[in-house]
Amino acid sequence: MDDVRIATESQQTPGATRRSFYVVAIYGLGALISAALGLPALLYLFVPPKMRRQSDWVEAGDITQLTPGTPLEMTFRRNRVDGWKVTSEKSTAWVVKFPDNQVVAYAPQCTHLGCAYHWDQGKTEFVCPCHNSLFAMDGKVKDGPAPRPLDRYQTKIEGKQLLIGPLASSSGQTA
Amino acid sequence: MKQRLSNLNEWVDHRTGIPTAIRQFLYEEIPASSGWHQVLGSVAVFLFLVQAFTGALLAFNYAPTPGDAYNSLRYILTELTAGRLMRGLHHWGASMMIVVVVLHMIQVFLYGAYKKPRETTWMVGVVLLLLTLAYGLTGYLLPWDNRAYWGTVVTTKIAAQAPLVGPYLTRLLGGEGSIGVVTFARFFGLHVLLLPPATLLLIAVHIHLVRKHGVAPAPGDELIPAKKFYPEQVFKDTLAIFVAFAILFTMAVAVRVPLEQLADPSDTAYIPRPEWYFLFLFQTLKLFSGSLEVVGTMVLPGLAVLTLILVPFIDRGQMVKVTRRTFAAGVVLLAGIGWTGLTAAAVITTPKEAGEVAVDYSAPTDWMQLSPEEMAGVAYFRRENCISCHSVGDGGSKIGPDLTRTAIHRNAAWMIQHFKTPAGVRPGTSMPPIQLSDAQLNSLAAFLLKLNPNNATALSDAPDFVVQGALVYQANGCSDCHQVNGGGVALGPGLNGLSKRRSRSWVEDHFLDPPKLSPGSIMPPYRLKQTDLDNLTAYLLALPE
Repeated sequence: MDDVRIATESQQTPGATRRSFYVVAIYGLGALISAALGLPALLYLFVPPKMRRQSDWVEAGDITQLTPGTPLEMTFRRNRVDGWKVTSEKSTAWVVKFPDNQVVAYAPQCTHLGCAYHWDQGKTEFVCPCHNSLFAMDGKVKDGPAPRPLDRYQTKIEGKQLLIGPLASSSGQTA
Repeated sequence: MKQRLSNLNEWVDHRTGIPTAIRQFLYEEIPASSGWHQVLGSVAVFLFLVQAFTGALLAFNYAPTPGDAYNSLRYILTELTAGRLMRGLHHWGASMMIVVVVLHMIQVFLYGAYKKPRETTWMVGVVLLLLTLAYGLTGYLLPWDNRAYWGTVVTTKIAAQAPLVGPYLTRLLGGEGSIGVVTFARFFGLHVLLLPPATLLLIAVHIHLVRKHGVAPAPGDELIPAKKFYPEQVFKDTLAIFVAFAILFTMAVAVRVPLEQLADPSDTAYIPRPEWYFLFLFQTLKLFSGSLEVVGTMVLPGLAVLTLILVPFIDRGQMVKVTRRTFAAGVVLLAGIGWTGLTAAAVITTPKEAGEVAVDYSAPTDWMQLSPEEMAGVAYFRRENCISCHSVGDGGSKIGPDLTRTAIHRNAAWMIQHFKTPAGVRPGTSMPPIQLSDAQLNSLAAFLLKLNPNNATALSDAPDFVVQGALVYQANGCSDCHQVNGGGVALGPGLNGLSKRRSRSWVEDHFLDPPKLSPGSIMPPYRLKQTDLDNLTAYLLALPE
């Protein structure tokens, strides 16, 4: 050890080489450890949780209570996965029956900033009270800042029951 | 560029003095004899930082309340990428830290490095050891599984035995009566809010003292010029840290840390065992009984800690040459033998887990062999969508326990109570109450009691008409007079193998007017809805012989 130290002080080549080896090794090993801790940490924080895929169809209500041209707000309970919790919560959908008997269920939030909108039977339009977005019965934006038509739930009809599924992925394009 | 950097460095140094302080720290002179034997302190500090880092990451996805704690940890382990790795690092890091801290102390002890003027450095070190153990004790409860719960029950009971302060200690730990939310909050608070700053402070004091007195020299060092801490010793420290980290990382990846079932205060079969580094204490306790028990729980450990703290004042000799310190080596050896013996004894005497209730292989393996009541249970199982939270033998990672694990079934009474008020029977569970009538819950319990890995397929295989038919069968009390698969009253004819004896139309007609088709029958007529009649008939005709 002694000769090393003296060599380092006098800046002779072997000592300088050894010294630079130490420095490189210190930074190299430090970088390895940081990477081995840092990369998993980034994955842990940024990769979304593995979703529990549930084909979550819930009964929303009886479609015989619908009349064409009058949207109805149906209330139902559905399970929501929130991190480590699965909560059963009240949920609603605006359900419209069109004259051709097609049934559409809209998610109850305005596509602008998520306020709850309501149906104005007199003006036959959906009105969002927050920033006055107006939607037609087919979900299209009539006026206001809303960027896209109302989001739709996937729907199924079994007997008289309307089943509501997850949001339809194409809800952005339909209009 | 280089000139700019140097200017910047100078500017920062002039304003903050930090670069100079770092330089002074790195170019500190250390004795010529310094080397590999002194790397352990650095490794301990590094492991502490790993614990802080992984601990903070775990806390990002952890709910510190009983029940939720378990569910969130489960979420970390099963749903998050690298979550298992983070927990593995934190778990094994704790064990490793204890190993490294103890090795560090043994090194200091063997080299007599605690001698004047370094007594306070040693004493602060002993407190740091106690803090490390305190992390282990408080962190043990945080997964809130059976192991955590029962281990902590024992811990708090021991604390309660302390002379004079016992009752106060119990109150402080919130462990009055039983372990619940208060104890949990106290342990969590200690683990993440109180211990870390205390550790940081004491590490700072410890390192300050090491720097103040210098690294302890070996005899003969005064004759040789001292050397610098950087880069040679820093390299040795870094390499040691790297090796320690490599071992830790390998363990975290390769050795799975179990998460047992949710803490269950009513589980009388559970045999609690402390973490491995506390086993020797646990075994010491067993050597004393009755009124002497306090000797094992308090007096001996207390004396040991006191002795440890006072080591610099007990050993006042001048000898610091490690090869001449045979007495010190003997003490370490004896302590090592004692520790190993006690730990080994504790491991050997650990009874095998009571284990799962033996699977009843005589239980039906097929849906056709379930009784109507059990079959109706299948219907409720499906209707209540139990499957969205529970797996049934498919090794899934759902939030609730696997229902084919027969050990969790207990008995029907417990199960029905559990269905009605899950949180009352199993505190902290996130299972919602099942809204069914008593008779319906009975069916569900009857089915679950029969459920095992061999017949889990019945759940998916049983056709819907059979299940619905069984519901009609139950609703009309058919089993009051008939037997199916050995269940029911044998007043009327048994219904197994009906398809061999009767046609579908005969069975349907028979319901409307039994005595007409079976003279002398006392069976009343049944007017069922068409779908019910279809399902019931189909069910009866599907029964095996």
